[in-house]
Amino acid sequence: MCGIAGLIHRGKSSNVGSELQGMLQALKHRGEDSTGYALYGDTDGKNFIMRFKVGENVGEGSSSVMEDVSVYDERKKVVDQTLAEMGAKIVKEERTLPYSLRYEIDYETKDLLDFSQRIESIPGVEILSMGKSLEVIKDLGNARMVCDRYSLDKLVGTHAIGHARMATESGVDIKSAHPFWGYPFSDVSVVHNGQLTNYWNNRRVLENKGMRFMSECDSELIAVYIAQKMREGASLEEGMKDSLTGLDGVFTYFVATKDSLGMAKDTMAAKPLVLYESDDLVAMGSEEIAIRSVLPQEIDTYDPFDGEVKVWQI
Amino acid sequence: MANIKTSEKKSKAQSMGMHTEVLTGRTQQKFFNPDEAENFYYFGTYDVDFNKRTDLDVMNMSAPEANKEIDNLMSQGYGTIVIKNPQGKHSLGVGILNKLNLIFEGSLGYFGMGSCDGPIVRINGRVGWSCAENLMAGKVVIEKNAGSCFGAAIRGGDLICKGSVGARTGIDMKGGTIIIGGDAGAFTGFMMQRGRIIILGDVGINLGDSMYDGTIFVGGEIGSYGSDAVDAELTSSDQDWLRRKLKVAEIGEDFDLSKMKKIVAGKKLWNYDNLEPTEKKGAI
Repeated sequence: MCGIAGLIHRGKSSNVGSELQGMLQALKHRGEDSTGYALYGDTDGKNFIMRFKVGENVGEGSSSVMEDVSVYDERKKVVDQTLAEMGAKIVKEERTLPYSLRYEIDYETKDLLDFSQRIESIPGVEILSMGKSLEVIKDLGNARMVCDRYSLDKLVGTHAIGHARMATESGVDIKSAHPFWGYPFSDVSVVHNGQLTNYWNNRRVLENKGMRFMSECDSELIAVYIAQKMREGASLEEGMKDSLTGLDGVFTYFVATKDSLGMAKDTMAAKPLVLYESDDLVAMGSEEIAIRSVLPQEIDTYDPFDGEVKVWQI
Repeated sequence: MANIKTSEKKSKAQSMGMHTEVLTGRTQQKFFNPDEAENFYYFGTYDVDFNKRTDLDVMNMSAPEANKEIDNLMSQGYGTIVIKNPQGKHSLGVGILNKLNLIFEGSLGYFGMGSCDGPIVRINGRVGWSCAENLMAGKVVIEKNAGSCFGAAIRGGDLICKGSVGARTGIDMKGGTIIIGGDAGAFTGFMMQRGRIIILGDVGINLGDSMYDGTIFVGGEIGSYGSDAVDAELTSSDQDWLRRKLKVAEIGEDFDLSKMKKIVAGKKLWNYDNLEPTEKKGAI
């Protein structure tokens, strides 16, 4: 059991970091092995923001192996060197935690595939997100702990999706935590609640097409699957509709892009989702109490039906 | 410990030396003897006065605290309780086993009104998954929408949602009536064993899948039929019953009942009367 939540403000920005923290914290009983945020902040859109990790959180409950901080430092140096070789200029650098970094990069490219492959060819390095608005922040612990650790409560933006995870099919670590970046697409992220039963078959097919998987978490498949559909020319909504038959199992998932947010529910409607829609805000979560954290007044909500796909624009 | 006494009237089995004793006192046999109505009660239930009314604000209470306070109010004889600010909390109003007018001024989360027997409940909001699961008697009315597994495994009572409901409505139901004013999701009536479901709107795929018995009435479009669910003739007595039920439910009074579709189990799926394989072998 995991919990997912998301919200999109239409026509305005808001404190989405704090709002999503409240929604995910309300769902912490659905899992607090790890929590992740995909936040779409207000930026000038000039530079890429790359969130990446050079190691794992090896704190209590982690299934990762302890490494010395000097190893992280070495990996960071190689990343810096590789970026320089590719002509990517680091405009701003933040090292929130020894293993977690945020770079603002001046880099001209439309296809991030080659860029990502070179960065991730460095052992122990994983890009958590790449985009001009998107920032994926995920770590062990519940929503409040992760929010405090990364100071997310001040982040202003238009939309966000997040995930509170109870680890079932893969390890308690950052690489298996949600959200997943829709590699190699700029500003695409995915969170999922459910289990996919044709994970390995799909993974083999997608890997043969050049897509990459960083974890063995079945949910990562959704991000890669949608990304591949978009590479083949499908729109976000078309890719999501295709997933209803292409993915087998039970699922409710959200996908976000720079200017939109979508949800999809499997044909058995086995995983919960509650939705609130108004002219200026759409909020959704695995349980109504998540929505109540941002809208405490009495509101009209509903459960989407089986096989339903919806996409909203900012 | 129950008292034991010898029965005077002997059946054939008793004359063969079997079952010569009956249990008395607070045993199940005494509970269900209609001549001894004073023993016909659940432990922990209360005599309440419907005219004695109070409000309860549960904004800052957890679900167990709120339920405990409802129980406390019933113990003081309050027969009408209005719950303020339920805020989508889970498991509110569960396990009420006596008559009570309960009104929620807002929405409930999961498992609201579960395992109840007798209360009349009005929810002026929405409910999450598994509302009124295992309802045995009483009436629960939801003014807005409901989540999935609405009325799972109910055994009796009337469960009414004026809006739309999610998937698996009435899953495993064993009695009672579920009435939906709007649409219903996939697998409605999945494995239902008895009782009736009325849906005025459309219904999703696999309607009545693997149903054992019971009846489903649908006013709108059907996504698809589940395994072994088939159409049946809508009789005039069905329409009379539907008219009465919808009037009580306060919805669909103008609905053209002649357009209702009636769905039942196409096969005799139950085997309650059949011998187990080992018993069959012994009989041969």
